[in-house]
Amino acid sequence: MSKKRILTTSMGDQTLRLLTLLMAVSVLVLMAWMGWQMFDAARLSIQKFGLSFITNRVWDPVKEQFGALPFIYGTLVTSLLALLLAAPIGLGVAIFLNEMAESKFRAVVGFLVEMLAAIPSVVYGLWGIFVLAPWLRETVEPGLAKWLGFIPLFQGTPVGFGMLAGGLILAVMILPTIAAISREVMAAVPNMQREAALALGATKWEMIRVAVLPYAKSGIMGGIMLGLGRALGETMAVTMVIGNRPDILPSLFAPAYSMAAVIANEFTEATYDLYLSALVEIGLILFGITLVLNFFARLLVWSVARGPKGGNVV
Amino acid sequence: MNDYFRKYKNLMMLTVFIGATIIALIPLFGVLGYVVKNGLSALNLQFFVNLPKAMGLPGGGMANAIAGTLIMVLIASALGIPIGILAAIYLTEYDRHSWLSTAVRFATDVLTGIPSIIVGIVIYTAVVLRMGNFSALAGGLSLAVIMIPLIIRSTEEMLKLVSHSIREAGFALGISKAKTILKIVLPTAAKGIITGAMLAVARVAGETAPLLFTALGNQYWSRSLNEPTASLPVQIFQYATSPYKEWHQLAWAGSLVLILMVITLNLVARYAFRSRSI
Repeated sequence: MSKKRILTTSMGDQTLRLLTLLMAVSVLVLMAWMGWQMFDAARLSIQKFGLSFITNRVWDPVKEQFGALPFIYGTLVTSLLALLLAAPIGLGVAIFLNEMAESKFRAVVGFLVEMLAAIPSVVYGLWGIFVLAPWLRETVEPGLAKWLGFIPLFQGTPVGFGMLAGGLILAVMILPTIAAISREVMAAVPNMQREAALALGATKWEMIRVAVLPYAKSGIMGGIMLGLGRALGETMAVTMVIGNRPDILPSLFAPAYSMAAVIANEFTEATYDLYLSALVEIGLILFGITLVLNFFARLLVWSVARGPKGGNVV
Repeated sequence: MNDYFRKYKNLMMLTVFIGATIIALIPLFGVLGYVVKNGLSALNLQFFVNLPKAMGLPGGGMANAIAGTLIMVLIASALGIPIGILAAIYLTEYDRHSWLSTAVRFATDVLTGIPSIIVGIVIYTAVVLRMGNFSALAGGLSLAVIMIPLIIRSTEEMLKLVSHSIREAGFALGISKAKTILKIVLPTAAKGIITGAMLAVARVAGETAPLLFTALGNQYWSRSLNEPTASLPVQIFQYATSPYKEWHQLAWAGSLVLILMVITLNLVARYAFRSRSI
């Protein structure tokens, strides 16, 4: 081999190595840059309002009054409602698919559940406006008011568009995330654990309860947190059904607003710098919350199923 | 007696899990059913060839929105797929275990969880404000940002499945590392990488939030990449939230087209390119 040949190959090697390194590092840069960009654009609002931004409940762009509390409230209530519904169902789906279903059936149902995640958010929103909201208004909300109306959550006029609709649609959208991650961490449970439980005479449910769930627990928690992260930031479907009114009302039937929704609706209409800056600050808060949530969720999932070297996560 | 109770409990819990699965699938069929039913009745040739018309006039279509979506997804793919694959090569071929690759891997995972509307805000402040106008370029760029972590993740998984003996065979023949990667490792994992890329394309094709203030939307054809551009998801959003019946019909038709696109991509990715060898 001539000297020149060695030189060129090593140059090719160096080039590819550097190029791939650059692209890998760009992910870190991208994340830091996103945070900086938003902070920079939100600075005006941060300086003007300080902490009162998140405690003020008045949002009135005409009077230059910007308080994010109604949006934080709407986001939290809808997301928690979604979690309450989707976590047990998602876990149930994961247990069914992993521990009970025949392999052929598992493939089909698994695919269908994944399709729930593939439907674009705006299509859920469309369905929410014309199918879910009318159904809630005419059937579900009057029913809830009749039977559970003594609780403030279920009082008030049935409108259809409100936090209940937002929470329900979010539940559908985060269910596949929770199911997929729970499946993955449950698949990482060694089969010996299951066999040991069965050998001791456990029924299937007892096996799941004593051998599978405890082992997968922290990963399932991680999956639920990832689902919560998705719910907090989900934009279109919520925007279309939550009613878009910046009020803080106890009733789930009442129209409300979410952080992502106010950004989606008002961003292009923000007519002056402070208005835009306030909207970006809401985005920054959302970014911060989802960042922290995802950070801890991934740590939990990694601790069970991936480790630094990796497994399969959606 | 005790055993009887345990068996009964077992049966009950298993029924609960089956029930949960059935409940989970109801919304899927609910959404698909309505989209197919309402979409089919509104879908016709005009939908694919006409521009949107003013409300009240029949025969409007979404030709420009379909084209806009295709263009922006193309821009996103042209940027996101190469960047993602190269980064994944670094993580599997050059540096699997250092703190840097762990950090990149972690950041990638975290990025997939960042709300897409955040990407829209960032691209707005960084690109749209600076260029002075909404554009297909800004829209494509925001979709690319969403795509990159998805591609890195899926490509990395596929490259890790390539057995070490294949790489060692390359080195044993005196082939350089770069060539081994490009000519041996990548082709071996090609099917899986394509599958991942198609799933990422399917995912961003339906994204609305990041396009709202990057590409904005347009009632007409865009003459260049540097103009506000219509897209299928944004158009569906605008029509769905409008008060006009004709536009609602078009929103259903648009949703049907979008869902067919996304599901077809999913199915093709999963079955046509499913690799059995690696």
